[in-house]
Amino acid sequence: MKKPRTMKLSLPLEEYMNPGHLACQGCGATLAMRYVLKALGQKTVLCIPACCWSVIDGPFPYSCLDVPIFHCAFETAAASASGVKAGLEMVGDKETTVVAWAGDGGTFDIGLQALSGTAERNDNIIYVCYDNEAYMNTGIQRSSATPYGAWTTTTPVKHFKDQPKKDIISIMVAHRIPYIATASVAYPEDLYRKMKKAKEIKGTRFFHIFAPCPSGWKSRPEDTIKLARLAVQTCYFPLYEVEWGEKYTLNIKLKEKKPVVEYLRLQGRFSHLTEKEINLIQAEVDRKWERLLRLCGQAEERPAQQK
Amino acid sequence: MKKVIMGNHALSYGAMLSRVQVISAYPITPQTQVVELLSEMCASKVLDAQFIKVESEHSAMAALIGASLAGARTFTATSAQGLALMHELLHWASGARLPIVMGNINRAMAPGWSIWSDQNDSLSQRDTGWMQFYCANNQEVLDSVIQAYKLAERFFIPAMIILDAFSLSHTYEVVDIPDQALVDAYLPPFKPAFRLTPDEPHAFGGLTSPDHYFELRYKLQKAMEKVPEAVEETGREYEKLFGRYLGAVEAHCLDDAEIILVTSGTAGSTARVAVDQLREKGLAVGNLRIRLFRPFPFDLVRRLLGRAKKVAVVDRNISYGHHGIFYQEIKSALYGFSSIPIFGFIAGLGGRDITPETFAEIIDYTLNHDVPEAEIVWIGVKK
Repeated sequence: MKKPRTMKLSLPLEEYMNPGHLACQGCGATLAMRYVLKALGQKTVLCIPACCWSVIDGPFPYSCLDVPIFHCAFETAAASASGVKAGLEMVGDKETTVVAWAGDGGTFDIGLQALSGTAERNDNIIYVCYDNEAYMNTGIQRSSATPYGAWTTTTPVKHFKDQPKKDIISIMVAHRIPYIATASVAYPEDLYRKMKKAKEIKGTRFFHIFAPCPSGWKSRPEDTIKLARLAVQTCYFPLYEVEWGEKYTLNIKLKEKKPVVEYLRLQGRFSHLTEKEINLIQAEVDRKWERLLRLCGQAEERPAQQK
Repeated sequence: MKKVIMGNHALSYGAMLSRVQVISAYPITPQTQVVELLSEMCASKVLDAQFIKVESEHSAMAALIGASLAGARTFTATSAQGLALMHELLHWASGARLPIVMGNINRAMAPGWSIWSDQNDSLSQRDTGWMQFYCANNQEVLDSVIQAYKLAERFFIPAMIILDAFSLSHTYEVVDIPDQALVDAYLPPFKPAFRLTPDEPHAFGGLTSPDHYFELRYKLQKAMEKVPEAVEETGREYEKLFGRYLGAVEAHCLDDAEIILVTSGTAGSTARVAVDQLREKGLAVGNLRIRLFRPFPFDLVRRLLGRAKKVAVVDRNISYGHHGIFYQEIKSALYGFSSIPIFGFIAGLGGRDITPETFAEIIDYTLNHDVPEAEIVWIGVKK
């Protein structure tokens, strides 16, 4: 008889997230949590401000996670995490990983000041922003993470968002913290590897996780992974890491760069865009991609120069 | 050990002796010396604490909420605009039942910019679920910090220790700094039954339906109601060890007083001097200084004011469109218990001096009127 083959797992079997959560179908943020906890394990504390995840976890007295959660005020994820870390250390727990887990509104907008404070002090926490590109928990209002061209309930089609998405990574790079990474729910092994790496680094670590939102993006729940993958393949959301604000490394290299229209056309929030506007978006994606490649290239040359 | 220290440093020593573990603060005049001395204490390891030097008062309180939830004893200090910026998180701290202790230096709210004393900053936080102690001297400031932890950690209610800008914060007085061993005997380490730890994972503060929220607030109020009696209890326990008693109120010459002043903060100690001067002139006056403002010591106030013929409440604050806030509170406490006339005076806003003469004027007005002529009797307004 033929020897049975075994399944090769690229992620650990252990789950710290249970069924019964309250997320919408196809929620990217939910997958992000599941993968992040696989990397961080049981000795983790989460600080979650107002965001989808303050609901997804489940109402009092329930929780769908096997790690403790501090539901904190909207603009305080980073400061709360700094405080929790200090508190745990002072009561003798120096091991636990403290994570601030916030949405894009809580990170790019209302929580930016506290985040900057934590990063400037280089407090020993991991900050994760799961980015669904609008205030989804309150019903799809624009945030400064909403991309150019998108419809939201506060940027109606006749007056869609005509400002670009805030460049949060550059803001964090300017703080020169030890570790910054972008990640995507379509590339769980990459996310897992980087989170494992981050766990061993001391200081402020920042993750920007791309998390599609079918309810807010007007996309099909079954397209969540496809959309997240297309965002990477079109260079709309490249996956890379930055160490100490200097060393850029591209994590997912592309054989072929797909046109951004393939990504946009799967989402109702972009359905009003004309060819002209789509060309503008493509040009902006190209410009940023070229810049990123230059930054990654510089990083490779630098050690040689230093000798 | 007796030392000549400023009111702000009395807060720092109080925190040090209470062995606080996490401090988080942002500088604001006239609070800065509190955190400067604490920074020195942390740096020189006199105090084994982490000091998180945050970028705002909002983050200061947010960080303490996190640290307290993790099981650490926490301290901060602020004033005026800083306290107002914290407002959201003051509700959070009490709603989460975290025994955080904070010093607040009473400073008038801008605009125009003022760094001088009045009580509108702390009284604007009246309904946030914090205990509030108004202090009259530096010894009381230090003792109140230690006692506040005792009470806060017993009832799981945060506490605010309040002192006047400059007339206390920057005024040097002789203060007895107690032995650490004695303080340790009075105040054991903070060991909450529930805390944020992976060893026992709980979700704190999640979405709470109408089925549960109401009872959580009911429990906070029920705990608050036990505090006034406990203040007397812990005060007596403190007296046994340290030889000084502090209760919810300080009564001065009340036994035979026909007119009783109701005061708070440093105005309360000035009032005591004024009462002594007026007594020399043969006037039967007394002073009731309110130390514990939240929760309000109803029983004591009713018992002590009930024998007077008139009550004159002096407010260094105002609820615009209503009255001075202590005046409201005293009327509310006496309603249905006493029908004596209660006069409401407002004086000293924005740090204008309150002197023994101010009280002489207030007593003079009260003596010469059966009832107040106006909702508010203003003292010292330039017209």
